[in-house]
Amino acid sequence: MSEAAPLAGPAPGPAAQPRAGRSFRIGPSVGLLPFFVYVFIFLIIPTITVAVGAFRDDDGGYSLTKIRLLGDETALAALRNSLVLSFSSAAIGAVLGALLAYLVVTAPPTSAVRRIVSAVCGVLAQFGGVTLAFAWMATLGFNGLLTQLLADTVGTDPSGVPWLYGMRGLVLVYTYFQIPLMVIVFLPALEGLQPQWREAAVNLGATSWQYWTQVAFPLLRPAFLGSALLLFANAFAAYATAAALISQGSFITPLLIRNSLTSEVLLGQRNFGFALALEMVVVVAIVMSLYAWLLKRTSRWL
Amino acid sequence: MSTVAWRVTRWILLIAFATYFLIPLAALLNFSTKDPFTRERSLAAWRALAQDPTMTEAITTSLLLALLTVVGMVVLLVPTMIWVKLRVPRATRLIEFLCLLPLTIPALVILVGMKNVYAWVNYLVGDSPLTLTFVYVVLVLPYSYRAIDASLGSLDATTLAEAARSLGASWFTVITRVILPNIWPGVLGGAFIAVALVLGEFTIASLSHYNTLPVVIVFINKANAPESMAAALASLLFAALLLVLLSFLDRRRHHSGGK
Repeated sequence: MSEAAPLAGPAPGPAAQPRAGRSFRIGPSVGLLPFFVYVFIFLIIPTITVAVGAFRDDDGGYSLTKIRLLGDETALAALRNSLVLSFSSAAIGAVLGALLAYLVVTAPPTSAVRRIVSAVCGVLAQFGGVTLAFAWMATLGFNGLLTQLLADTVGTDPSGVPWLYGMRGLVLVYTYFQIPLMVIVFLPALEGLQPQWREAAVNLGATSWQYWTQVAFPLLRPAFLGSALLLFANAFAAYATAAALISQGSFITPLLIRNSLTSEVLLGQRNFGFALALEMVVVVAIVMSLYAWLLKRTSRWL
Repeated sequence: MSTVAWRVTRWILLIAFATYFLIPLAALLNFSTKDPFTRERSLAAWRALAQDPTMTEAITTSLLLALLTVVGMVVLLVPTMIWVKLRVPRATRLIEFLCLLPLTIPALVILVGMKNVYAWVNYLVGDSPLTLTFVYVVLVLPYSYRAIDASLGSLDATTLAEAARSLGASWFTVITRVILPNIWPGVLGGAFIAVALVLGEFTIASLSHYNTLPVVIVFINKANAPESMAAALASLLFAALLLVLLSFLDRRRHHSGGK
């Protein structure tokens, strides 16, 4: 498509004859210039900087040194952990989120249950991860609510559960914002399930089980997988929760990026952040294009 | 499944979900109202929110950032979207693509690449936490775009604009006094989400070493955990309030749309 093409040239007409601006194809496009310039400066240039920086070495020349560093044990382990974390939190979040969405959608549209769930989900899914990390620290960490409760009743360690600050803790805390996000993105698909389809199936003699396995699930599958992919990208790109929970260490990619930014002076660390960031963009971009493709398939029916 | 069994299962599941979501919030409240040493109830942490200068400064910074981001978003995005709708419809897909792009480019990546751009920003307008506004406007684009697009899509903007133009209105008047009042709920919705996002944003602020509210919450936790828990809960409740207000606006829009 050549939608943006007319923007490239200079604008001869409208400046000289403002009244005639209408007849020039280029005239109105000029009005979009501020937006393009802004997005270019604050979104495109940083992205290009990352992409170019990943292929630079410490002397300013071009090389594949930093990209090769991605194959290092540290970077690979971080990527593996990130993928495992994103996958498990997305899988758990998608299944439980779809279940909660179904519970909500079967309630009448004006019911209190529905309104409360939507509001709570909106907050938890969209309001940054720092507070959520802290909420779980206040629950299971030192002096936490459940910690004390369990220590007083069952007699567990009163200093909190140690795994909160590791992989299992991250999965638990990530799930806390993944389930709400799933409810938000999956609810419209569930709402699009027409009652007539169920009536038609029942009229033809289908049991409830047959309706679900042969009509509803196949219809919802693209939406479900698409939402799960969105959750995956969301977890993979998340930084705040992990950073607030784990102040030292770098066992997932975003934390490794933090590490390379704060210890930039170390030899060989310069620009390594660019390579890691590029890796992150590539993973998220692949997942998001799959998501867009599935979204298109969903819109055929729902 | 019989109806009774289903209703019981449904409520059990809903209660299970509610427990899972409420326990951490209750824990925040519990932690922030308890003295860590004597374990007695005290409101000292909540009082400190208004008295601790580090905290009040961070709250002020974050609120100002939220305000500036909303202003920036409205000034940049609203006229552009109206203009695309009225005069350059062939650019619709391009603008949509650019607005949704920040969903694919994580904030952490923008931060890693924005050093050069921010060297210029700091050189031109000075070094202040409020300069984060520039990049925050980009971060909120996808959410604001969706909110405004929903409003604009349900409006016959072209006819309105033609009517106004034929009565002699300038394009500025058309945008600010004809179209804008009609898409106000969408703009307001986009603004609310932008405020919530900015108040919770940690990634860019912390790695640029600016003391916004989430950064200070993490920082202060080491010295005074109850105070940081109180601040976390307070900001969460504030965001919740904003989004609940938003849902009421949404309902009003559906009402007027249905008539």
